[in-house]
Amino acid sequence: MKLAIVGAGAVGASVARLAGGAGHTVVALADSTAAVVDSGGVDVEAALAAKESGDPLGSRNPEALFESDYGVLIEATPTTLGDAEPGFSHVERALSDDRHVVLANKGPVAERYDDVRALEADSEGEVYFEAAVGGAIPILSTIAGQGEGNVTAARGVLNGTANFILTRMAAEGLGYEHVLAEAQDLGVAETDPTFDVEGTDQALKCVILANVLYGGGYSLADAEVEGIDSIPGSALDLAAEDGRTVRLIGEVSEGEVRVGPRLVPENGTLAVTGTQNIVQLETEHAGRLNLSGRGAGGPETASAVLADVARLE
Amino acid sequence: MSEPEPENEEEEEAETDGGVHTHTVRLELVDEPGELLNALQPIADNGGNLLSIFHERGSMTPRGHIPVAVDLECPPDRFEAIIDSLRDAGVNVIEADTERYTEAFVVVLVGDLIGADLSDTISSVEEYANASVVDVSLSAPGGADDTASARFRLAATEGHAEDALGAVRDVADGKGLDVIEPLVVGQ
Repeated sequence: MKLAIVGAGAVGASVARLAGGAGHTVVALADSTAAVVDSGGVDVEAALAAKESGDPLGSRNPEALFESDYGVLIEATPTTLGDAEPGFSHVERALSDDRHVVLANKGPVAERYDDVRALEADSEGEVYFEAAVGGAIPILSTIAGQGEGNVTAARGVLNGTANFILTRMAAEGLGYEHVLAEAQDLGVAETDPTFDVEGTDQALKCVILANVLYGGGYSLADAEVEGIDSIPGSALDLAAEDGRTVRLIGEVSEGEVRVGPRLVPENGTLAVTGTQNIVQLETEHAGRLNLSGRGAGGPETASAVLADVARLE
Repeated sequence: MSEPEPENEEEEEAETDGGVHTHTVRLELVDEPGELLNALQPIADNGGNLLSIFHERGSMTPRGHIPVAVDLECPPDRFEAIIDSLRDAGVNVIEADTERYTEAFVVVLVGDLIGADLSDTISSVEEYANASVVDVSLSAPGGADDTASARFRLAATEGHAEDALGAVRDVADGKGLDVIEPLVVGQ
């Protein structure tokens, strides 16, 4: 397939690097300021090296990406809330040109799912977004495989940063601020960790799951969200005394979306440690399915993007 | 050819003298003079016949109450009235035969627990949650002024764990406390 990749951060760059090995050609790569376009195949390493050294990715303006002869748009720009721009417009443009879209960006399918599906209905192109929920873990394809209506609920840990902090707090008896600083030093948490520790990122993933399970109609405003930033070490100590621990759990069940700290058995399935993610699906016929793995990271998330591209072939 | 006689007889017996059934009621009493009498009076007043009273004065519940087990007999239609009158008289009924506190769950409350009056929090939960607070652990490493945590183990009557959790949420909300809920109540 011929790929046009918009967004050249960790995920976009990894998709660009791994595309060749998966038998695809990158015909365009753009970030917010520039694009490189080559119908014979972009020199990915040269473009990324230029960006790394502070130069533009290429000589064209970002808009040129949409003029290329791509078959699939890879949308890997940062997630934004509300109108989900510029991601949404990128999706709109590709679908109106009858191209396929694969999203790593959560915004359009969390905040404007019904709009995206309406555009898809009028287009020859299709939209996939496995990478937007749980990084490398094949959650959406598993749900699709179970058949419509056969997955009745989903719950799990879908934010590695929050999980890392809770794991370290419980294991080392350290306070929240201390562990957050450590996580920032390790690059596990961003300088502004709000999105992760207040539960927003995990809520967006759960909203996407709700849209998939219930056929749309959900946005972040429909989720009840609580973060982990007010949990003291003493709460984890008391939980541990009782054979439990605290995890930031997202739940999609009976039409509701909730994210918040929950008590779970210390050695239970959902108590994954460090930056691991897990999703538990309740199914009509297959019982309970537990899917765990890496929920973030460039190559990990890129593998989910490329799995979606393979579904379009 | 003959009917299974004994079975029939039993059924008939149950019907004829039936009305009186034996029940065990478990209560928790405050350790004060007159409390036992206060608890037994509603039973007699409502047509119950006391069979035995097991007053475990030596063993306190975690809340400092004294467990009492009462065996009584009464017509089936009187039993509910007896339990209601006990509750009306302010007696804490922990178990009344079939209605058992079977669904236990744990929550952790976080916040200014000491400033929010821990003992009032416990009694509010018991009052509104129709649940019994079986056990409380408090951890306040920073002293009385800092954020503290308290682990509550609650026992709710069968099928009412969800309601009890909702009541805990309301009580905590009213006191500005955060609740770390169990993932699944009743487990």
